[in-house]
Amino acid sequence: MPARVNLAYQYDGSFEGFLSCVFESFEKQEIPSAIFAEEPEQLSLCPVRFIETDQSRALRVLASIPKKISPHAQETVQVCFLSNHPQKELLLLGFLRQGYRFGAAVENRLADPTVNAVMKAVKFVYNESHLIKEFLRFSDFGGVLVSIIHPKNFVLPFIQPHFCGRYPNESFFIYDATHKTALAYRPHEWKYLAVDSFTMPEKGEEEAFYRRLWKQYYDTIAVEGRYNPRCRMGHMPKRYWADMTEFQDDGELAPSPDFLKTVSAAPKIEGSTVKQP
Amino acid sequence: MDMLEKLKILSDSAKYDVACTSSGVDRGNPGDGIGSAVSCGICHSFAADGRCISLLKVLMTNYCVYDCQYCVNRRTNDVPRAAFTPRELADLTISFYRRNYIEGLFISSGVIRNPDYTCEQMIAAVKILREEYRFYGYIHAKAIPGADEALITRLGMLVDRMSVNIEMPSQQSLRLLAPDKSKESILKPMGLIKNRIQENSTDLVRYRHTPKFAPAGQSTQMIIGATPDSDYQILNLTEGLYQKYRLKRVFFSAYMPVVQNPLLPSPDSKPPLLREHRLYQADWLLRFYGFKAAELLDESHQSFNPLVDPKCNWALNHLEQFPVEVNRCSYSMLLRVPGIGVNSAKRIVTARKAGALDFSGLKRLGVVLKRAQYFITCKGKLADGLKITQDGMLRNLISQQGLSLVRQELPQTYEQLSLFSSGKITAEEVRQCLPASI
Ligand code: SF4
Repeated sequence: MPARVNLAYQYDGSFEGFLSCVFESFEKQEIPSAIFAEEPEQLSLCPVRFIETDQSRALRVLASIPKKISPHAQETVQVCFLSNHPQKELLLLGFLRQGYRFGAAVENRLADPTVNAVMKAVKFVYNESHLIKEFLRFSDFGGVLVSIIHPKNFVLPFIQPHFCGRYPNESFFIYDATHKTALAYRPHEWKYLAVDSFTMPEKGEEEAFYRRLWKQYYDTIAVEGRYNPRCRMGHMPKRYWADMTEFQDDGELAPSPDFLKTVSAAPKIEGSTVKQP
Repeated sequence: MDMLEKLKILSDSAKYDVACTSSGVDRGNPGDGIGSAVSCGICHSFAADGRCISLLKVLMTNYCVYDCQYCVNRRTNDVPRAAFTPRELADLTISFYRRNYIEGLFISSGVIRNPDYTCEQMIAAVKILREEYRFYGYIHAKAIPGADEALITRLGMLVDRMSVNIEMPSQQSLRLLAPDKSKESILKPMGLIKNRIQENSTDLVRYRHTPKFAPAGQSTQMIIGATPDSDYQILNLTEGLYQKYRLKRVFFSAYMPVVQNPLLPSPDSKPPLLREHRLYQADWLLRFYGFKAAELLDESHQSFNPLVDPKCNWALNHLEQFPVEVNRCSYSMLLRVPGIGVNSAKRIVTARKAGALDFSGLKRLGVVLKRAQYFITCKGKLADGLKITQDGMLRNLISQQGLSLVRQELPQTYEQLSLFSSGKITAEEVRQCLPASI
């Protein structure tokens, strides 16, 4: 096991850049104390070495993963890299080092803290991708469907096949405001765009009508006697609500006062979700 | 009547139906229409009652010629009535679907004119979706008891899932509360659907392009707490339905008192949510944990324990089988340990190949040690510093979720519970109180 050194790596934030860091770590036989993509917010106390992104080194590392570990491990590394784990680079370096030692079995080492953290980060990416497939809402602007999302992880690559496959004859635009990247689709091509900022245009009358129908449906379908906000929050974390039609304030389209009355009068029942026993 | 009002009436009267899942079928879009279906299902939102909203759940109409006592739409109830035209319903579904509000349509209906006519209306709506819009999303349709077999078959060829609600857990209850329905009128379409699904799957093997009959299978639902039927009866019926009718899901719906009727709980009684919760837990045990109904309840224990979940209850009554060694015991036994679910059991089986597990490792795998610690050893040892005391155990084994329901629905049991925590109770008594009836 090479020594942990009092030195941080800095790279350009790209996947190839990260792989170049892995190469560096093996070449120099050292484990950096941190790897980061941007200037760290806190003044780092240890010296920083900037690692140039080197395509051929990156490719060598990438090719070694399916060969020496497993094709699935390569997927794990790629997905974990898209997660929002603050130390994903260092984690992945540790994961790869173990991988070269244990081979494909590294992914069974679920009780190891590093492997466990990598697997959790991967799971979070997949889970959040699923949540975005659920909670993403489109609004129609002259036939183009537009959506804004704020995911923690970089989920666009995971939701792209789903939405492109589902709406092959629509045109749509999904803006990931966290990562300032958009997925633009028109039949039958798609691309990613770097977009610094984006705001929704004014809604037309027809769009306003369907929003109103949906909000009313959302309010009506709840059974008053079973009011259970905790359970709702457990399934649908509040941080997604701001981007969802049913929670957006459209002025005159807000839930009717009658409905609100029935809700506040209803007994509050907590926690009746069915959890796996 | 405008669309807003119509949708309000027809979603309001459909909301007591529980099934809203969109799972069980994987279908891509060949590129010529709109929509797709994914086998794990997608919930698009959660209502204020915490229930998933996956499908646009509406009635074709809430006019009804029948008079089921527990139902808001019964003939003799004075409520505003409305009906969608097939075109309206199809257009609305697509407008919602395009905006990613929903995964598809769940269509049910009151009986307008007669069962055949009702079924034809539903077929017309679904046909517009499938044939005009080339909609590949999910559709769940309720079979109308009494409708012609040919119509039910046609509907089944167009939709993903079919259901017939069994409504009441026993024939007596049905006779009393749904005089227009009989056990036969419910079981007949259920049997028909089962047979069509089976025939169809053999046809599919023979001819690859045979259209599929309800590829996501069949489900049903029954109302809990409107009648005196016990948990034991309900769970046995559930098991029978899975076995005999090959159902994908059985849903339970705590009765919401909607009417003043001497045959039914009074309108100010609370829905039995705790019972419903326990039934779902037991249903889970039947479907994913390898339990049999007879292991969970029997003639002399007809009701679930209000304090602990059915699996924990089983474990407490079979302490002779514990503790088990996590590094060696079988997957099926792991599943029986309180605090170990399907996912963590799978992870244990994977992780122990890479080396013996200890308690901190188990925690990382998602095992709820607070509960599991009483039932397991790691490398032959119990958890460090584990003290087995009645109130400690009770505190750790009672689920917080269950507890808040107990507190609300059964204040007396809750008070007794605080007695236990003062430690005046013996091991014997704890064991005895656990299978207590509600
Ligand atoms: S047939 Fe259905 S809609 Fe009509 S009263 Fe009975 S349960 Fe209600």
